Amino acid sequence: MARRAVAITAAAVAAWVATLVLLPLAAVLWRAGAWPALAQGDGQALWFTLWQALLSAALSCLLAVPVARALARRQFLGRGALITLMGAPFLLPTIVAVMGLIAVFGRSGLINQGLAGLGLAPLSVYGAPGVILAHVFLNLPLAVRMCLQGWQAIPAERFRLAQSLGFAPAQVSRHLERPMLRAVLPGAFAVIFVLCLTSFAVALTLGGGPKATTVELAIYQAVRFDFDLGRAAMLSGVQVALCALVAAVVWHAVATPGFGAGLGRAPLLRVRGVRLMLADTLAIGGAALFLLLPLAAIGLRGLPGLSDLPPAVWQGASRSVAVALASTALTVPAALILALAVTKSGRGAGLMDAVALLPLASSGLVLGTGLFLLVQPFAAPSTLALPVTVAVNVALSLPFVYRLLVPEARIMQADYGRLSASLDLRGLAWLRLVALPRLARPLGFGAGVSAALSMGDLGVIALFASDQSATLPLVVQRLMAAYRLETAAGAALILVGLSFGLFWAFDTWGRRHAAI
Amino acid sequence: MKTSILATGLCCIAFAAPAQTPVLTVYAGDYFTSEWGPGPAIESGFEAFCGCDLQFSTGDLLPRLMLEGERTQADVVIGLSTDVLARARESGLFAPHGQDLSALTVPVDWPDDTFVPFNWGHTAFIYDTTRMDAPPATLDAMRTLPDGVTVVIQDPRTSISGLALVLWVKAVYADQAGAFWADLAPHILTVTKDWSESYGLFTSGEADMVLSYTTSPAYHIMAEEDQTKRAALFPEGHYFMAETVGKIAGTDQPELADRFMAWVLTPEFQKVIPAANWSLPAALPQADWPEGWADLPLPEKVLFLSETEAEALRVEAVEEWRAALSQ
Repeated sequence: MARRAVAITAAAVAAWVATLVLLPLAAVLWRAGAWPALAQGDGQALWFTLWQALLSAALSCLLAVPVARALARRQFLGRGALITLMGAPFLLPTIVAVMGLIAVFGRSGLINQGLAGLGLAPLSVYGAPGVILAHVFLNLPLAVRMCLQGWQAIPAERFRLAQSLGFAPAQVSRHLERPMLRAVLPGAFAVIFVLCLTSFAVALTLGGGPKATTVELAIYQAVRFDFDLGRAAMLSGVQVALCALVAAVVWHAVATPGFGAGLGRAPLLRVRGVRLMLADTLAIGGAALFLLLPLAAIGLRGLPGLSDLPPAVWQGASRSVAVALASTALTVPAALILALAVTKSGRGAGLMDAVALLPLASSGLVLGTGLFLLVQPFAAPSTLALPVTVAVNVALSLPFVYRLLVPEARIMQADYGRLSASLDLRGLAWLRLVALPRLARPLGFGAGVSAALSMGDLGVIALFASDQSATLPLVVQRLMAAYRLETAAGAALILVGLSFGLFWAFDTWGRRHAAI
Repeated sequence: MKTSILATGLCCIAFAAPAQTPVLTVYAGDYFTSEWGPGPAIESGFEAFCGCDLQFSTGDLLPRLMLEGERTQADVVIGLSTDVLARARESGLFAPHGQDLSALTVPVDWPDDTFVPFNWGHTAFIYDTTRMDAPPATLDAMRTLPDGVTVVIQDPRTSISGLALVLWVKAVYADQAGAFWADLAPHILTVTKDWSESYGLFTSGEADMVLSYTTSPAYHIMAEEDQTKRAALFPEGHYFMAETVGKIAGTDQPELADRFMAWVLTPEFQKVIPAANWSLPAALPQADWPEGWADLPLPEKVLFLSETEAEALRVEAVEEWRAALSQ
């Protein structure tokens, strides 16, 4: 019974997500009434979008491995705080992230000031390397955390066994780490690829101009400027198709490692040797500098504006927190149900897996426009601004939570599935005794990511917003439009602080309650 | 889930309904109604004599109107800029304004029978006197900027001011516009989606010049007492931009809408514009501008493409820009 209930609920969740993504797209298309061909420049945009997303995702994943391994096998003071803090760039609203990166890598940024001090020629960040740099900055934290969770999920007993067998690091890597990465990295790659696929303001600003045009920019232009809905729907369809392709590839690339269950002790990785020590220090130090310097710059920029923040900032902040908490409360159970159903490999598991990636590929703008068209016959859209924002946030953050849960849910199923079945452990008791303790870490982390992402969302609210429903990102934008750049930087810092605070609270809960 | 959202929405409407006083719904751009925009002063000013409740509804203007079509709740729309008027007019949603436009003080002819301008300004490159001793004296000098001087502009495909820039260049250079862009390209540090991102890059010292408005220095002078931000004024002329107000044909408050349109042209309304909108009033003689505004340096020559000219050139001008900057 309970199994069927899970399967049915999961199917319902998947159907709801698919509907939330595809119905607005269909509504936009229906309204447009035509399916236009690609226009001049679209080919170039598509090509740029694709290769920068591939390269950004590959680099993020590649760099994440040494950083996560170093964090997994070293103990040092402030390690926990560093891990949490290094997750922050992923949670930054894009405009804030760009400003932070420019403060470090820009023409008058820290690095070029240093180079000038040494009498060297300045480096320009603007161009394709800038786009990749920004995308790695934004997404490396996610990849590191996903890998780190993979390491922490390898039972401690396997490492002990490896040690007693006298495994060298290369052998540990071959027998333990590579199988684990095989399970974790494809999912991380897919999520980051799709995120970079739909990037737009970051790519344009750091890309230095129209060479860095992405498909998402063309969608924005079609919706906001040309009002060419057919074109918007067509381009959005192209994005969704690319995403489906990636989901299919990943589904076949993932392999669950057969480590077997452990006793749930903290993994004890011990490595010796100066060279490894140096390598790990370099990995952790390099990543910390790369990720934390721009964050510090954002903090410094925001501080002067904090002194006189208008009340609208606090009203916006409380609305944003409410939206974030509501979104999280809906996203986490939905993602958990999907992940459990997919790992039980029932009918349609592959399809559900693809559906869980789908929302990422859909343009927030097209989603917003479609929902507007759907809601409008029944109610004034501005009265629904906040509920619609919550609904869209749930759809947009579900893929992350799901991706974080799936590898560990698979391992849980492999390790404890038969034991649970033989004990006839089901329903709520199973959830309390098996699922929640085994999955607490990704659940907490996922809830944190979901809350933080919902704080920063802006794409959807533009069409619906009224004065009574302005969220904090919208207030920041209004301040900027009114020349209040210093106040805007202060408000952005509040936004970052709140996002990070929510993330920290959920993440800490997850780590406290984790069985491993 | 969905039904509960809808139900909540419907409840809200049911409870919010019928008010005693008539309601005038005004669609406005997003920046308009914040406490830093002109909205609050306009609302209280109009409500003081109209015996009505003026309600602003903010967000994307044209996309929203196009999506709503005949079903729109708007009575009046304020904030449509000159470069989108052709498409707004084409929608057929607007009624003739019926106003006497003799009070207009904009520097161009305004024969429009549908849209009434309420503010205006020109596009201009802004520089910082502490970082630039010798700003370019002509638009043509932008083609031969010294090495290392950087400019940040907005994308004409996503931003109104970016579009105004390519039309400005097109108006001055006609079929040589592509060559202008090729010459300027090495100095363009980057292109941003919106005006505010560009302006942030400029004020944080990342770029030497930024595409903005001739009125931008006014904010720094009056709100920050900072005299270092100036507009580079060019003898070739500067591109004129205005924001307009229009009346929806299907309004259920035609009289209130007419009164609002008439009020837009009065000195009381116009005096709010400069310091709240950081742009020039469209129907107020220079002598009556608020203190400090008359001293603001403005260009002598104004360039403006009519809406049909602009619409005819738009695609070509943007493509020339894109091609030259993609090299």
